Amino acid sequence: MELIKLVNALPGAVAQGLIWGLMAIGVYITFRILDVADLTVDGSLATGGAVAAMLITSGYSVWVALLAAFVVGLLAGLLTGCFHTLMGIPAILAGILTQLGLYSINLRIMGGKANTAISANKFYLLVSLRNVRSWAIQNPIFVLILFTAVVVLLLYWFFGTELGSSLRATGANQKMARAQGINTNHNILLGLMLSNGLVALSGALLAQYQGFADVNMGRGAIVIGLAAVIIGEVVFGKLFRNFAMKLVAVTIGAIVYYLVIQVVLWLGLDANDLKLLTALVVGIFLGVPYWKNQILSRTKGSKGGPRNAEN
Amino acid sequence: MLKIDQIYKTFNPGTITEKVALQGVSLDLKEGDFVTVIGGNGAGKSTMLNAVAGVFPVDQGHIMIGGADVTRLPEHKRAKYLGRVFQDPMTGTAATMNIEENMALAFRRGKPRGLRWGITASERDQYREHLKSLGLGLEDRMASKVGLLSGGQRQALTLLMATLQAPKLLLLDEHTAALDPKTAAKVLEITQKIVDEQHLTAMMVTHNMKDAIAIGNRLIMMNEGKIVVDVSGEEKSKLTRRDLMGLFEKAAGKELDGDRLLLS
Repeated sequence: MELIKLVNALPGAVAQGLIWGLMAIGVYITFRILDVADLTVDGSLATGGAVAAMLITSGYSVWVALLAAFVVGLLAGLLTGCFHTLMGIPAILAGILTQLGLYSINLRIMGGKANTAISANKFYLLVSLRNVRSWAIQNPIFVLILFTAVVVLLLYWFFGTELGSSLRATGANQKMARAQGINTNHNILLGLMLSNGLVALSGALLAQYQGFADVNMGRGAIVIGLAAVIIGEVVFGKLFRNFAMKLVAVTIGAIVYYLVIQVVLWLGLDANDLKLLTALVVGIFLGVPYWKNQILSRTKGSKGGPRNAEN
Repeated sequence: MLKIDQIYKTFNPGTITEKVALQGVSLDLKEGDFVTVIGGNGAGKSTMLNAVAGVFPVDQGHIMIGGADVTRLPEHKRAKYLGRVFQDPMTGTAATMNIEENMALAFRRGKPRGLRWGITASERDQYREHLKSLGLGLEDRMASKVGLLSGGQRQALTLLMATLQAPKLLLLDEHTAALDPKTAAKVLEITQKIVDEQHLTAMMVTHNMKDAIAIGNRLIMMNEGKIVVDVSGEEKSKLTRRDLMGLFEKAAGKELDGDRLLLS
């Protein structure tokens, strides 16, 4: 348990947190804004990684690879959205169907192999693990902060527009949204697309950062995304009211998540038990608002939640 | 302004939960008509309103609003003709968005939504004036989340939103039923004021006989999915509760069921 080992691991945790932060922003769009739990992300993260890896190893530029990953992510979201809105399948099941189907597609994309290496020696990569402790402009932490800032600003703009506002209204109250002439089905499609586009983009960055794309790289992604969203809300919920800052909080939530992981690994936790730990922690945090309500309604009388009390 | 022509609706046909909700309802509203709709539980009042709003497709018949056949239009496309206020104060607004955002959404009803900014400074001034006219002090809370408002405040705001773009038809679905008597009276007063000022055509479902008689220029009563009483003009203005019960018994061939309709 040398402290230096932990300190050495921290920059990597921050970089990973930033990459997963983008993914978590995608989860925030569905889980918080649209009010659906979309499990497509476990598949679309790997799709983004696979597409980027194949394009980069075929000689395309990093930017083409990122753009292609984003577009393929949009399509994955579109598929889930169609399952949900056109076929009436519950959102959570629609996401599971797409996720399962994507596993085969991801293998196809990578030519039937479970993983594809992208060496930073052979190709120019936007972010790479080996620069993570260097004081240079190539340090993935700098690059990713810039990247995240651009994404947050674009989303801030989009969700402030008429279309973006109507998407927020769709998540808040579908009946009201339709009464105001909003096509809620289109907006659900759009939200799922945007979310999975970001998740695939995050997958493309992750593949570059770790030097390979893997068909299993998205396993449990939704839970990590939720963890980041919840940590962000718990830590900064009272502090950040502005929409852009809420997205920043999600990113910081992802960083905190990876820092905590590094600490518990350093304390001697078996890496194989990490997913169990994450599932338990996220489960508890998702339960907290429910418990809070139960306790509040018990103290304020059976019918008087905080909302009814004002009527 | 509204023409309902022989509409029929059965929910869950062919199952044990089958419910015949509308059986050949026809109604013709002239511009500026304010009709109140009354009837017992399950008489089809709200179903008729929802059929007009396009919440579900009807089995048969046609619905025209302002000369346009809307029978096959989905709910969100009919919205450009309609202002709607619901029974549940939670339904008409987006709780997690603030007052001005809600109004901006309503202001764009029936218009394409693009990538322009969702609310402009001049709109904001306009909204402030509108809110002031409610007399509830909401003009000072435009950045507050609607979830923080009381039921009465939310209904008043929903009314304002429904009429921000003058609708061809205002649909009020028992919009005061969930409020305490004092608040209900206030919301009803605001309703009357807005309808008068904008010369709107309106349809108000209510359980309250007194309100049904006092408000509007026309009253219809429904029973078992049909309109059984229809009075308007002078006849309506002279109407008493006793008359109304008599009319119902004659038309429906039974006594008015003793639910909350009689008590109110």
